[in-house]
Amino acid sequence: MMLIPCPWCGPRDEAEFHYGGQAHVAYPADPAALSDAEWARYLFFRDNPKGPFAERWSHAAGCRRWFNVVRDTATNEIHAVYRAGGQRPVSP
Amino acid sequence: MTRQPFRRDGHRGETLRFRFDGRDYEGYRGDTLASALLANGVRAVATSVRLGRPRGVFAAWTEEPNALVQIEHPFPEPMLQATTVELYDGLVARGLPGKGRLSGEADPARHDGVYAHCDVLVVGAGPAGLSAALSAAGSGARVVLADDRPVPGGSLPDTAETVDGLPGAEWAAAALAELDGHPEVRVLARTGVLGYYDDNYLVAVERRGERASSRERLWRIRARRVVLATGAHERSVAFAGNDRPGVMLASAARAYVNRYGVLPGRRAVVFTANDSAYAAARDLTAAGVEVAAVVDVRRGGGRSWDGSEVLAGHLVTGVDGQDGVSSVTVSPDPRGGLAGDREIEADLLLVSGGWNPVVHLFGQAGGRLRYDERLGALLPAATRQAVEVAGAARGLSTLGRCLADGAAAGARAAEAAGFRAGRRSAARAEDVAAALAEHVWLVPAADYRGHFVDLQRDVTVADVMRATRAGLRSVEHVKRYTTAGTAHDQGKTSGLLTSGVVAHLLEVDVAELGTTTFRAPYVPVSFATLAGRDRGALHDPVRVTPLHGWHVARGALFENVGQWKRPRYYPRAGEDMRAAVLRECAAVRRGAGAMDVSTLGKIDLQGPDAAELLDRLYTAMMSTLPVGAIRYGVMCQPDGTVFDDGTVTRLAEDRFLATTTTGNAAAVLDWMEEWLQTEWPSLRVYCTSVTEQWATVALAGPGSRAVLAGLAPGLAVDGESFPFMTWREARVAGIEARVCRISFSGELAYEINVSAWDGLALWEAVQGSGAVTPYGTETMHVLRAEKGYPIVGQDTDGTVTPADLGLGWVLSGKKADYVGKRSHARPGDLRPDRKHLVGLLPDDPDRLLPEGAHLVATARLPEPPVPALGHVTSSYRSAALGRTFALALVSGGRERVGDRLYVPVGAEQVPVTVTRHVLYDPEGARRDG
Repeated sequence: MMLIPCPWCGPRDEAEFHYGGQAHVAYPADPAALSDAEWARYLFFRDNPKGPFAERWSHAAGCRRWFNVVRDTATNEIHAVYRAGGQRPVSP
Repeated sequence: MTRQPFRRDGHRGETLRFRFDGRDYEGYRGDTLASALLANGVRAVATSVRLGRPRGVFAAWTEEPNALVQIEHPFPEPMLQATTVELYDGLVARGLPGKGRLSGEADPARHDGVYAHCDVLVVGAGPAGLSAALSAAGSGARVVLADDRPVPGGSLPDTAETVDGLPGAEWAAAALAELDGHPEVRVLARTGVLGYYDDNYLVAVERRGERASSRERLWRIRARRVVLATGAHERSVAFAGNDRPGVMLASAARAYVNRYGVLPGRRAVVFTANDSAYAAARDLTAAGVEVAAVVDVRRGGGRSWDGSEVLAGHLVTGVDGQDGVSSVTVSPDPRGGLAGDREIEADLLLVSGGWNPVVHLFGQAGGRLRYDERLGALLPAATRQAVEVAGAARGLSTLGRCLADGAAAGARAAEAAGFRAGRRSAARAEDVAAALAEHVWLVPAADYRGHFVDLQRDVTVADVMRATRAGLRSVEHVKRYTTAGTAHDQGKTSGLLTSGVVAHLLEVDVAELGTTTFRAPYVPVSFATLAGRDRGALHDPVRVTPLHGWHVARGALFENVGQWKRPRYYPRAGEDMRAAVLRECAAVRRGAGAMDVSTLGKIDLQGPDAAELLDRLYTAMMSTLPVGAIRYGVMCQPDGTVFDDGTVTRLAEDRFLATTTTGNAAAVLDWMEEWLQTEWPSLRVYCTSVTEQWATVALAGPGSRAVLAGLAPGLAVDGESFPFMTWREARVAGIEARVCRISFSGELAYEINVSAWDGLALWEAVQGSGAVTPYGTETMHVLRAEKGYPIVGQDTDGTVTPADLGLGWVLSGKKADYVGKRSHARPGDLRPDRKHLVGLLPDDPDRLLPEGAHLVATARLPEPPVPALGHVTSSYRSAALGRTFALALVSGGRERVGDRLYVPVGAEQVPVTVTRHVLYDPEGARRDG
């Protein structure tokens, strides 16, 4: 049971959150302008690293805000938490 | 006079009566079932799971692999270890042949759960754990000390060693009393920690007994720092006959003599590779057990021993006696050049192959382990968790060092949690120097079929050899191939032994080979305890509408839709579901019916950009909707598949009400908020769930206009004043209401929305009009299916697009984009063989097709694989059509209208004809009454 530091509420149990997959995959500005292959890449392709991964979480059973987390997928260590739409912090 | 022939002289206690395998016995308070059985001379307690061999008590606590019992009274509980069952008066149990039996009766006991937070959690109340808790408590930190035994002290009552000049058990009791005096300390006895999860979240089970308000409590503890003082388990050696009743870990025999006052035998042989078994031999001798010989693997033997003969450089090569040890064969280690077997008469064989620090919780927490060649054991190494490991759990072997180590670990933990540890000196004990241990995993032999590695799973060295000869090189693979370590003792005494044997067979180092992964639970836990109070009616919230009491009073039968209870139909006397639904359907098509649709999700959207948000999320254009009007809408995923459908009502320029399907209400609200927050934060919209603020009554049928006119005399209900897909504010039965002219049955229909508080009054007024039949979800399903209206989640799955459903008309061509639009132009979405929603009419008008059944093209099934054309999604009897019908998703279905297809049902091929998906009133003539 991870302890996730919600930027609005502070550290809370993982069970209060919903997972939202990889962060920084923006909805294309003009989907109609994309080729089928480019659109399929947006729809279906995501990174799957072993190690630090920027991903989206929502404090669904709390403040209901979405935010971004850099989490190590191998250890569950959380390196950074930042607002939706924010820049991924440069890791030390 | 004692009726317990193997009770140590002078040991007395409160007598408890119990029954085992149909015979009556006596034991003392403080016994476990195992110690009481040994006191009565019961050697064979259970039989093994695979080979059916008799098995006796092997260990003295949770590491026991053999002595599995079923409790029969007071309540049947399967698969308990006799070594951990505290004896109580009236206990009835029996030995198990490897597997238990769950009770068929409901368990009357209550189970509970507790959430706790602390600065320092100490696991284990042995010498190291008590010392750690004392030094942490002295700092003022909030400390929880959890220990799985009923009395504190860990192994101290087993070894009878002294601490600070006191008998160990007395010192431990005094330490516990001091801890109890600290206001910030909570001591949890009989509480085993069984899981160590991310970020110092630990789960423990507290056994409270039958007389407590709950039998067990599940503790979920978040700790800033953890001290693991979990001790060590002795391990066995693989030799021929090492599973016989009477073969026992040396430390366990010492525990039975010292803690329980029980003689595990009369005449013992000790087989060891280290010095700790000599202390056991000494304590057994003092208690009156004759130690016939100490067989020491080491050529130099152990430390000085004034007891019986020491056979240094010898091995145990055989054990005789079917239901219990009768003699032990001892042979010189073939490497030593000696010769000559000896057979020694004995009824007890103590084994010590070395000590395994209990690193299970540390391993569960993601800690890495390293193999220590000198100790022959896995020790905790690096971890990212905020944890200290103290005492025997990190390989320390003497009491004095464990006490000092625990005190230091407790202080470190408290300081890391932000407290200042005081200057308390650690408790002291004498440290006895020990000779270096040797690590022997198996005794060489020609035949390994009697050399057991995992006693609970009946895995022998021969089984492990079969695995390595099959080419397996990883212990994880050997574990799964042989099942060694997979029993409910979690391989406590067999895990490292398996690694050692595999390493020996492969001629590699144990360090290189490693061990299997440690996973929760450390000890078995019952589902009842995990569930706690969340069972029965409390398992999941039950949601009911304001009209629920009326439905119940009228004998409605309910169906679960998500968490909601919805009336399915209202049977009259003598009616079954078929008759009731046909009657309700006919009433709506011919007169008027009313249904409680309060469960439909309702989301209030407000803000200057609400229209823009809806345009992006729904496939249809919503921004052009005039105030006062309603539009049907479908939402898609970006991949173009249908996510949800409902209506959008424009209440004001900047305010809408969106309805959702009953089961998807929360998901749709989440969906809107996700897009708003993560993709379009510039849109100014608030989304609020108002599902429970409104009660909604659907009034449907050609007679509904007259009913509404009667209830709302101020409302102009004629078709021109109140057209389809508009809404009006009105007083209905004197209640302020929002009336919407929408239909999910194809008939003239209204949905009347009032405050939830007024819902029942409205419903009763509607029913009181005398011309209205209440109908339930089953009737609603039939009526909508006759009209070809799909239900998201029943007629759709994650592959279905609006076009597949015949809803091409809701896809806006004017909008540049909506979520899913780009996908609708992908080649895959345009294939002619996509599955379309169509109607099916069985040739036999009385034949009801099973939902989920597949469709094929031929009257006789060809050889498999048979190409399936689709499947039945909805199937009903129709009052209006006078026959059965179904909806189905069929490949290229719209091109197959009029075709004959077949539905395999059992061995039968049921012939059906494909029709358009709208079977009733395809012109839509009935919508306006």
